[in-house]
Amino acid sequence: MAAEACQLKGIVKAFGPNRVLRGIDLVLKPGEITVLMGANGAGKSTLVKILCGVHRADGGEMRLFGEPYAPTSPSEAIAKGVVTVHQSIDDGVIPDLDVASNLLLDRLTNRSSGFFVAARAMREEAAKIAAAMGLDLDPSAIVGDLGVAERQLIAIARAMAREPKVLILDEPTSSLSAAEADRLFRLLDRLKETGVAILYISHRMSDIRRVADRIVSMRDGQIAGMFEGEALDYEGAVTAMLGHGLTAVDVAVKTGTEPVLSLDGLRLFGGSKPVDLQIRQGEVVAVTGLLGSGKTRLASVLFGLEQPVAGTMRLRFAHYAPQTARDAIRAGVFLCPKDRASNGVIRDFDITDNLTLPFLSRHAALSFLNPRRQRRRTEEMIATLGIVCQGPGDGIGTLSGGNQQKVMVGRWMAEASNLLVLDEPFQGVDIKARRDIGRRIRETAETRATLVFVAEIDEALEIADRIVVLNEGEIVGEHPNRDVDVARIMAEVSGQTAPETVT
Amino acid sequence: MTEVDAGRAPLRAGKGWMYYAIRYGFLCLLIGLLIFFAIFAPGFAGPRSAVFIFQSVAITGILALGVTCTLVVGGFDLSIGSVATSALMLSAYVMVVMEQSAFVAVMACLVMGAVVGAINGFLIVKMRVPDLLATLGMMFLLIGLQRIPTEGRSISTGMTLPSGETADGVFSPAFLWIGRHRFDLVLEDLIPVPVVLFLLVGVLVWVFLELTRHGRLMYAIGSNERAAGLAGTPVARYKVLAYMISGVLASVGGILLAARLGRGDIASGNNLLLDSVAAALIGFAVLGAAKPNAFGTAIGALFVGILLQGLTMMNAPYYTQDFVKGAVLVIALMFTFALSHRRGGGGH
Repeated sequence: MAAEACQLKGIVKAFGPNRVLRGIDLVLKPGEITVLMGANGAGKSTLVKILCGVHRADGGEMRLFGEPYAPTSPSEAIAKGVVTVHQSIDDGVIPDLDVASNLLLDRLTNRSSGFFVAARAMREEAAKIAAAMGLDLDPSAIVGDLGVAERQLIAIARAMAREPKVLILDEPTSSLSAAEADRLFRLLDRLKETGVAILYISHRMSDIRRVADRIVSMRDGQIAGMFEGEALDYEGAVTAMLGHGLTAVDVAVKTGTEPVLSLDGLRLFGGSKPVDLQIRQGEVVAVTGLLGSGKTRLASVLFGLEQPVAGTMRLRFAHYAPQTARDAIRAGVFLCPKDRASNGVIRDFDITDNLTLPFLSRHAALSFLNPRRQRRRTEEMIATLGIVCQGPGDGIGTLSGGNQQKVMVGRWMAEASNLLVLDEPFQGVDIKARRDIGRRIRETAETRATLVFVAEIDEALEIADRIVVLNEGEIVGEHPNRDVDVARIMAEVSGQTAPETVT
Repeated sequence: MTEVDAGRAPLRAGKGWMYYAIRYGFLCLLIGLLIFFAIFAPGFAGPRSAVFIFQSVAITGILALGVTCTLVVGGFDLSIGSVATSALMLSAYVMVVMEQSAFVAVMACLVMGAVVGAINGFLIVKMRVPDLLATLGMMFLLIGLQRIPTEGRSISTGMTLPSGETADGVFSPAFLWIGRHRFDLVLEDLIPVPVVLFLLVGVLVWVFLELTRHGRLMYAIGSNERAAGLAGTPVARYKVLAYMISGVLASVGGILLAARLGRGDIASGNNLLLDSVAAALIGFAVLGAAKPNAFGTAIGALFVGILLQGLTMMNAPYYTQDFVKGAVLVIALMFTFALSHRRGGGGH
């Protein structure tokens, strides 16, 4: 076996005039996890697409175990042992089929597998794969009915079932809870022992610390730094990725003034204990917790998408019980939902129409839109959020992920609100954009109450005045963001402390 | 702005020929076609011939503008053809059998169109029937329904009713005026009422979709329904509205058809659905819009009209017409989807 599983030399790729990759040299070794870091738009995804046969490189050379490697299609790449789990989950699963068929899709497309589907044999095989992954799923469940995390795990399980020699994971944990991510990491450890070369792409510092044997930073289509050895230089990696150092965020903690939103005995789930919580004017509260802890449920209840099991809400002392998103917006409660691709972005629209969408009536007279007024508001938000674009008329699809997210956040910061709710505002966003968004949220916090739902504690520490921990629909911890005991929050998140200890 | 971000800005300063090909290709083709026919088809270039083209596409065009509204919200209305023929039969029934005035007949048709649209919307929004299936069902239902009152026969003055009586009513002159009157414009008796209505409806739908916030929200629904709903858009209400607009415009088309024919002809309007859907889809290619739009729909209807008129004047047999329409549609769709996809680029 060659010392290198995969070797890239001088890979170049351009889309029209846009030179996305400008000479990438990279070596992946068997039994090693290489983490690839890079800001949005650095060229990570393009590199992955070349490796897995979606795009072809314009120049340069690739070798796989010493042999020349130039896949012309994804199936050729897979046949040679290069397996990829893409960032977008829906590329990885077929929602209308059951779990077993999804896990064994490759077997179905294989010509030697016969004409008829042997249902029982398939279910048994699928159960084996699922068990090896530690997946506890009914093989006959329809994938479309499952949650995002389960779908992601299925996509990963399928990649594993292909017995890869080189495994590429593009942000595999973006919709996994800590426990599920941990399961994935243990599995990666096992794969490593069998000599698989793994390329792991992530923004999450906690993931990177856990899995990286080596970190490669990309910037502007080039390798900006490579770090390996006993003590990995994380800071150096981030600096190389951004082109400049990163200052730590200093949060000047405020306690807020009068309460804006009060939850009185609100029960999120059938069996859960009531939640009492106050969010005050001028305060940023971060709510953190695992998947299924009730974060999404609480956001939906606040925005009128779902109704609580019991309990009441008050907004500025008035009874508040929104039935629809419209009710909530009218009451001045705005929600910037998570997963911008399916819940936020209007792909056919430009930046201006995306940004002003909820408040078009404020940019219209007698229903006729005033494009100049729309543009003016958009230009303001482009300037204050630092959205990188050529102008307010750019199509939203031409922006990088981080800048799209800025538009989504800007959409709800463009007008005054009583309560701004942001659900995972930093999802799939590089650290620079994350800081821009966070700074802007804090700068404008005086004018309203702000509630942020985040799964990452790092993100909560960066933005919040107060951190609230949810577990199974109840509040298990509340901490002012001052000399926070991170280990304690971690314990609360995973449900290891009894709720009684909360003061 | 950091170095990282500066490097990201898409480099599109120089717009390549591809940009212009996508944007103006279809309009150039249209102009080329006009020049070609003007030279090689004697009698093609002239106001009378132009008006004839407009008149031939007026009814299809109005229906196509309605279907455009449903395409905008991401839906589809297959029932428009049958709504139009139902309006044709209904107006004849109201005037000839029930002996009512033109006004009553027109109002009855418009109300019928709106109600059918509302039912379509109800099926799609509340009953969650997929749009194609709901409107297909409605199409079937209406084709059958319009035959029941007269036991499947056409309606004209003097016909024998199922009860044995004779229908004494007549198509009122005011009603026929809608279909047959011509306004003077430079030349005497030049512009027929249906053409004026077509242009009027075209402008109204264009203004509604492009310039008002309602239109913008409808496009938002068509592009990402979930996101539009989460931005506070009353999605259900706009979808029902789109189907009602489609129903009403289809009934307008039916009224014009009745007024032109002067009888409740059971066999008319068979081609209306396909022709108008084709016009709306051809409209995707106009100005590189790659999405339903009112201007494109009107141009799409005219394009087909010009091509057929020119070919007819060059003695192409009538039975080649559907082939020509189909070919235009397929080419326009290729234009739209292949080219606009390439414009999107590989991304990163």
